[in-house]
Amino acid sequence: MAISDVQEYAHLSDEDVEALGHAFDDIRRDIEAKRGQDDADYIRRIIRIQRGLAVAGRLTLFASLFPPAWIAGTGMLGVAKILENMEVGHNVMHGQFDWMNDPEIHSSSWEWDTAQPAEQWKHSHNYLHHTFTNVIGKDKDVGYEILRMAKEQPWNPATLGQPVYNFLLAVLFQWGVALHDLDIDKVWSRDVDAEEMKGKLKQIWRKVRKQLVKDYVLFPALTGPAFLSTMTANATANLMRNVWSYMIIFCGHFPDGALHFTEDELDNETQAKWYLRQIHGSANFTGSRLLHILAGSLGYQIEHHLFPDLPCNRYPEIAERVQELCAEYDLPYTTGPLYKQYGQVLRTVMRLSLPNRMTGLPTSPTTPPKPEPELEKPQPTSVPVAA
Amino acid sequence: MTQTVEQPAVEQLAIEQSKRPLSGRGRRLRDLATRLTTPLLPDDYLQLINPLWSSRELRAKVEDVVPQADDAATLVLRPGWGWSFDHQPGQYVGIGVQVGGRWHWRSYSLTSPAVGAGDLLEVTVKAMPEGFVSDHLVRGLEPGTIVRLAAPQGDFVLPDPPPGQILFLAAGSGITPILSMLRTLDRRGSVPDVVLVHTAPDADAMLFREEIRELADRHPGLTVVEHFSRERGRLSLADTEALDAACPDWRNRAAWACGPEAMLDAAERLWDRSGQKQRLRLERFSATLVGGGESGSVTFARSGRSVEVDGATTLLEAGERDGATMPAGCRMGICHTCVVPLVSGTVRDLRSGNEITGHESDAPPVQTCVSAAVGDCVLDV
Repeated sequence: MAISDVQEYAHLSDEDVEALGHAFDDIRRDIEAKRGQDDADYIRRIIRIQRGLAVAGRLTLFASLFPPAWIAGTGMLGVAKILENMEVGHNVMHGQFDWMNDPEIHSSSWEWDTAQPAEQWKHSHNYLHHTFTNVIGKDKDVGYEILRMAKEQPWNPATLGQPVYNFLLAVLFQWGVALHDLDIDKVWSRDVDAEEMKGKLKQIWRKVRKQLVKDYVLFPALTGPAFLSTMTANATANLMRNVWSYMIIFCGHFPDGALHFTEDELDNETQAKWYLRQIHGSANFTGSRLLHILAGSLGYQIEHHLFPDLPCNRYPEIAERVQELCAEYDLPYTTGPLYKQYGQVLRTVMRLSLPNRMTGLPTSPTTPPKPEPELEKPQPTSVPVAA
Repeated sequence: MTQTVEQPAVEQLAIEQSKRPLSGRGRRLRDLATRLTTPLLPDDYLQLINPLWSSRELRAKVEDVVPQADDAATLVLRPGWGWSFDHQPGQYVGIGVQVGGRWHWRSYSLTSPAVGAGDLLEVTVKAMPEGFVSDHLVRGLEPGTIVRLAAPQGDFVLPDPPPGQILFLAAGSGITPILSMLRTLDRRGSVPDVVLVHTAPDADAMLFREEIRELADRHPGLTVVEHFSRERGRLSLADTEALDAACPDWRNRAAWACGPEAMLDAAERLWDRSGQKQRLRLERFSATLVGGGESGSVTFARSGRSVEVDGATTLLEAGERDGATMPAGCRMGICHTCVVPLVSGTVRDLRSGNEITGHESDAPPVQTCVSAAVGDCVLDV
């Protein structure tokens, strides 16, 4: 069911919504006041580790004809690419570290090790996805224009193939992301600005060419007789990064409990209601500190969506306060172990490949809110206050 | 909404910042290395080994912090790659220092000579009351710290060859650019007819007193007139009396003056009245901000960020508070490093009160460090 009014859905009074909005504003103010040397040291340390791993991996692959070296080099390079995209690139491009005034670690100048140019990412992700989170028809991340991830999205026979599309997307994730800002859906309706499209494609191609030459020509060539084994190692490292980032990102908004919205929700939406939508639309997962860092802190998807530009190393402490507020206002706080969250994603991919009438799901896109929502949903940390 | 750029911003930045041109082979090697490190630069990896091995951003290591008179300290800096060692005596540099995880920029006159200083630079910083950056530089900086640098700037310089008759008028920390000129003359081994009128509260507070006296001993052309204001009151430039006493032929000399705002204003009037305005060069360390803006929101177009400001906050402060990438230099409206196009809205120059209004089609450059918003405005940064 897509929600058309999140306040009504959450059964909150105007006063509650306003108080909640202020409480979230307070969290932001507190963290902004605390930001300092620790946060700067954190991101620099991660960058140092990431670059060190990348160098070590590339060097180890000079011996990639020797299988243990192939495995070790590929592993280090893969982890470096994961860290680079997830904990460093994504967070820096959100402007989480812009306050440092460091021209070398700044959202305006950061470029990342993936096919999509940073500039297009900042438009499709920072602007479209983070502003219109989970609003069907506005947020292209609801299925990435490839998958049907909300039952309100129309079904057609091609949707039957979506388990296959899902697999291909996982494997080729960086290429999917690269084309994400292109408005491909508009190509079919011929409603596309040809000049803009050409400009974006050229920008992608310029970057892709460099990326491909680096991983599949230059580094393999440098390793001489190990050309082929270095090439397969680099391809495998890219594949590791693709599948991992696909999985983490799919666990952000597609597990059960993360809800969708209609465009009506956006009418006169206040900042406080925007916060509410982010909470209802996002899902966390649990895990160790290491897992969270490798996941680019997206295990704190709810906190990330509430405060996309606060430093990611602060999400654990922000999460404590967000959970308290969710408990106090009887709001859902969707979370669970990673395997469980991803299992739910896969189930949705399978289920929604079929038309709604075959899966027993209601078809009306604007079902009114249930009087007792969320009860069947996993909310381990949500404590109902009122019966 | 989306524009296409020809080159990733980081690489463009590196080209702009790279001050020392590479030879043909060096450039080819660098190009190849960049293809291996894309989307980063080779410097991004090399600086992990040694922070000075990067020409992406000019930077320097603090070699020493030498306490000076009057709550000041001399920072001895070893610049990293990309520094071209071609400053002119009298110029200043921007220094960026990290305090609490944040980079703060200030400008200081170089005190090292333009020749013969080896690969070291010196600036002398006086801790200002309520100036937390200057205070940190004087008291909180450990040798070994990495600071950032901006290329030398300023036209308060001594030409080469220098004029035959020179008057230097220095008050307080205003001696710093003039010290670089004196040291340069000394290193070149030819000091023309120079009179230095040097004022300070007292002998203990006089910066570089020993060194300057020693220079005067060695160079017969250099005459130093010390003026201690605690004993004799401030050197008055309201009329010609004090100056006539210190340096009777001042009208015939090419003059360089550096010190507090009031002294420089008085000097300007005095030289003007004497019909010698073209002989006087001034270096101001601060600007007097008179007018105020009005509250409004300042939007930074490239990041889409926006911040509410009052009329007393400069556009530069607003941008830095909000994390926008603001170019910044002297912070007193002199160097024009911080100039940014004003796409819409009106801003006021806080020194003159003049207003500038911007349009999309005609975006005038505004000095963000001395301008404040008058209502809502949008900057292209």
